[in-house]
Amino acid sequence: MAEHSYDAPFEHLLRELAPQVLGAVARRFRDFSSAEDAVQEAMIAAFSQWPKEGVPENPRGWLIQVACRRMTDQMRSEIARRERETAVAAEAETLASLEIEADMDPDDTLNLLFMCCHPALTPSSAIALTLRAVGGLTTAEIANAFLVPEATMAQRISRAKQTIKASGVPFGLPSQTERIERLPAVLHVLYLIFSEGYASSIGSHLQRLDLAREAIRLTRNTKTLLPDNAEVAGLLALMLLTDARRAARSGPAEELIPLDKQDRSLWDRAEISEGIELLTAALAKGSVGMYQLQAAIAAVHDEAARVEGTDWPQILALYELLKRVAPSPMVTLNHAIAAAMVHGPAQGLKLLGALDNDPRMAGHYRLDAVRAHLLEKTGDYEAAIKHYRTAAACTTSIPERNYLITQAARLAGD
Amino acid sequence: MKYILMMTGKQSDFEGYARLSKEDLQANVAFMRAFSQDLKDCGVFVSTEGFGWPSEARLVRAGKNGEPVINGIFPESKEFLAGYWIIDVEGPEQAYGFAARASQAPAAGGMPANMPIEVRPILTGRADSGL
Repeated sequence: MAEHSYDAPFEHLLRELAPQVLGAVARRFRDFSSAEDAVQEAMIAAFSQWPKEGVPENPRGWLIQVACRRMTDQMRSEIARRERETAVAAEAETLASLEIEADMDPDDTLNLLFMCCHPALTPSSAIALTLRAVGGLTTAEIANAFLVPEATMAQRISRAKQTIKASGVPFGLPSQTERIERLPAVLHVLYLIFSEGYASSIGSHLQRLDLAREAIRLTRNTKTLLPDNAEVAGLLALMLLTDARRAARSGPAEELIPLDKQDRSLWDRAEISEGIELLTAALAKGSVGMYQLQAAIAAVHDEAARVEGTDWPQILALYELLKRVAPSPMVTLNHAIAAAMVHGPAQGLKLLGALDNDPRMAGHYRLDAVRAHLLEKTGDYEAAIKHYRTAAACTTSIPERNYLITQAARLAGD
Repeated sequence: MKYILMMTGKQSDFEGYARLSKEDLQANVAFMRAFSQDLKDCGVFVSTEGFGWPSEARLVRAGKNGEPVINGIFPESKEFLAGYWIIDVEGPEQAYGFAARASQAPAAGGMPANMPIEVRPILTGRADSGL
């Protein structure tokens, strides 16, 4: 079936309603996979009917009704196909006669998010499913964002749904304990969508969907659903405080501009204020997690009007906390940079040594890139050039590679 | 992460392929078709192409005025690209797994050829977000 691209004037409304409708239908029929297809068909029906007949008084109820009818039809034909017993047919009748609720349980959307960020899924599958089911994007839009054929993305989404079905985890509201257990996976998926979008938003990728904005929108919605969770707020703050620098971090030829060379007047003040406000409120709740700490680090950078004014001791202290709360090689790497800023490059290089035998960093260009940067600061240009070039050979990003080659050339020319 | 899996061969390999029996050729074609279908079913397929044979390859350079200067004679030892697959996977290990599968394409006598598949990461226009 051909998918429609959501365009005005229903785009916004339908995208907001899609996850709510899907959540309600999936809850009722306890079949996420079929519910997803049924909701897509209801959306398509809305596209063909609403322009002619106008938006119904209760668009959400309308969509739920159409999707449920579709589900029931599907069940009936399934029953006919399998020539099942009357008991199952009776069940379908009961379902068909169910009253359609006008009021929705906001937990349906949350439930859907938890389902899409299922622990059995690979990150790329969870991302695709979340964008489709919760984000209300079409498969074509998601495929375009990840530069793969639409059929491949459709297959990835379909496999993800099968995986969820096979896992045997029923579609139901997770208990409070399950929610706490699974929230990190949900936040991680939202974070990955954001960083994919942010990393890709160099220059003018006009054809590509803005995944960073989409991640912010989804995280904003998640925060509405879980208003008391400090880490959800922390993640939203992190996204806003990072996204605020978007306009400043690449030049006219799409070349990368590192943080210390950016024109800070291009930073988005509104996003920074909102991020800081969110973060302040989150930190006041007392349970400090990895997203709040990363947001706090981003906030310290964003608060410095000039690069010289950056409060590096504060950033170093935050990385030390982050190393304890959520240790990872990337955190060690960034901690080394902060330590170098406070105590000198030799201290930074010493800390990098801890990563030399870490298999998670093997062949990762960032270790060489950071080492090159610190070696340059110690005045060992020859070694710095060597590491810039090693990093350039390892990265899979063309803008990063160009940046690293330029760094090596700058030193070689001195 | 996108990777390209490149199947290469020398002139003699292409000649060997041209001399396959009907059954061996059918087995090879069926294998390739099933392999591409499997990439699609796994949701990792991006694209695949096969190329004309080395006898049709030309080396082109710009002449003094930018005009094409064409050469067509290659040493016997040169490796030629026969075809490729581009896949979008979680990481290099998954790419190596698919490459090993492609390497088993049957050749003469239906035996796996175990031909080398060159795997290279595809660069992106995106920057590392550095988060």
